[in-house]
Amino acid sequence: MPTFDPPIPLPILEQPMTRSTDGVTANGLHKSYGDVQALAGLDLAVPEGTVLGLLGPNGAGKTTAVSILSTLLRADAGTATVAGFDVGTEPVQVRKHIGLSGQFAAVDEYLTGFENLEMVGRLYHLGKKVARSRARELLERFSLVDAGDRQVSTYSGGMRRRLDLAAALVAEPSVIFLDEPTTGLDPRSRNELWEVIEELVTKGSTVLLTTQYMEEAERLADDIIVIDHGREIAHGTADELKQIVGGDRIEVVVRNFTDVDAVKAILRRAAVGDDIRSEARRVAAPVTGGAETLARVLQELAAAEIDVLDIGLRRPTLDDVFLTLTGSTTVGISTPAELEVAS
Amino acid sequence: MNALLLTLGDGATIARRNVRKVTRVPEILVSVIVSPLIMLVLFAYVFGGSIEIEGGSYREYLVGGVFAMNLVFASVFTGAGLAEDIQKGIMDRFRSLPMSQSAVVFGRTASDVIYNVLSLAIMSVAGLLIGWRINGSVFEAITAFALLLLFAYAISWVMAYIGLLVPSPEVINQAGMMVIFPMTFVADTFAPVENFPGPLRTFAEWNPVSSVTRAARELFGNLPAGSPEPGPWSLRHPILYTLLWVAIIIGVFAPLAVRRFSRRP
Repeated sequence: MPTFDPPIPLPILEQPMTRSTDGVTANGLHKSYGDVQALAGLDLAVPEGTVLGLLGPNGAGKTTAVSILSTLLRADAGTATVAGFDVGTEPVQVRKHIGLSGQFAAVDEYLTGFENLEMVGRLYHLGKKVARSRARELLERFSLVDAGDRQVSTYSGGMRRRLDLAAALVAEPSVIFLDEPTTGLDPRSRNELWEVIEELVTKGSTVLLTTQYMEEAERLADDIIVIDHGREIAHGTADELKQIVGGDRIEVVVRNFTDVDAVKAILRRAAVGDDIRSEARRVAAPVTGGAETLARVLQELAAAEIDVLDIGLRRPTLDDVFLTLTGSTTVGISTPAELEVAS
Repeated sequence: MNALLLTLGDGATIARRNVRKVTRVPEILVSVIVSPLIMLVLFAYVFGGSIEIEGGSYREYLVGGVFAMNLVFASVFTGAGLAEDIQKGIMDRFRSLPMSQSAVVFGRTASDVIYNVLSLAIMSVAGLLIGWRINGSVFEAITAFALLLLFAYAISWVMAYIGLLVPSPEVINQAGMMVIFPMTFVADTFAPVENFPGPLRTFAEWNPVSSVTRAARELFGNLPAGSPEPGPWSLRHPILYTLLWVAIIIGVFAPLAVRRFSRRP
């Protein structure tokens, strides 16, 4: 982590000539609420047609970042552009080019789904006719046709989120902000929403997605920034981030504590490097060779007559990355101190 | 599109949305219709027997006061509506749209005029049933209704500003009542101010709720013949005094509310 924070301009590569079609850029965003620092110098870039996942725990500053970029809040320091316009000085221009869908579905529960979308269309100044046809089109696309004439207060959580997302898309914005779009949804609704977002993504929308779910970032984002306490702690593609944690691991859980040392010895022979970790009756070691190595370890464990409760080959997930980077402990992962070097 | 047309258009869209809400939430309609009726009947029959209006009928006298009181009470809707919209997140949607930001508050105060028209109409019919009469000309009666609505519109800007300041709609109901009770009762709404003790009497005489009530009574012809000319300037020129207040309140609170809404913290 850099110990200094100089106002260095972005490298030329990240500031393409076609600024008017650029997606989102942010430089050194700071925001505090009283004594609480929500953003402590966040930089990010979402090139046009790509999806950036902003991954972080609750209170990491994700919503604050989205609120600044969507002109709801003003940054204390730093600059940001959306679709080529400055969010601080050209908020109206920015608003014309964005669609915002938040974690608290911002739809009117007293109106029907259709009325909500029509109202948003009118407020984008699409004109009555266009607003109406657009509303019908979106209801169809989001599988809300049957519910379109019902009051939103009768909708399920998943339906509200879909309607909220539809509202963000009414004016076909060039940049879409999705602030924790699936937080609090059941797995089925989450999957439905992911399918809709994937469709957007394949159509080439520029999307800034915040999430606390690794699976979501992995599935939807081209590029991921992990943030905590208002600053970036890691940046890369899902694969690159997994490299931080390392490759495959074998994990063995034994019935008897007395076997732990024997298992460590067996795993040490199979492991690459000597990062053998144990926690209670679980032992983990980094390996290469996948299933072959696993079979060999199994044979040795059987030969040593060790009572194995569970054994498996674990591939690192973004969860591991996340937990590692944000300092929570899990067996078989590097300590944050080691990762400072890696990141 | 020029800025004024934009604001009007967006304001109409917001107002239409607010009116739709009234038709969907029966509780609002009930409180707009029922609570004025209760007040009217309650005061007419409970106090009607003990308050004497020299040379006239208390029921005739009462109705102007009930009109004023109910319109001031209804202004709480404006603030509560805005506070609820903030709480539910729909305001964040509006604030992220390229719409006129002042239209959100203008649309709200405009749609609340519609509740007030409805509530005035219902109170008038009920008033006629219990013995209230319009004794002045049609033009005077229209002026009276218009002045009452204009005054209510001004007060709803005060509540709009408060609604944008408070953290939840519940707070505005309580905070609003703390202001509204003294404002509507320490006035000539239900009893003649001449009988109030010292400082309360001065407050009541210069309270704009008194002047709008007095203006309505004069215009409807509800003041008993030969009733004495009131002392304070505010009550001798109630229409002018009320209009002054309307101008001051809107002039102060409309910009405050709009600025509060469009600010980016």
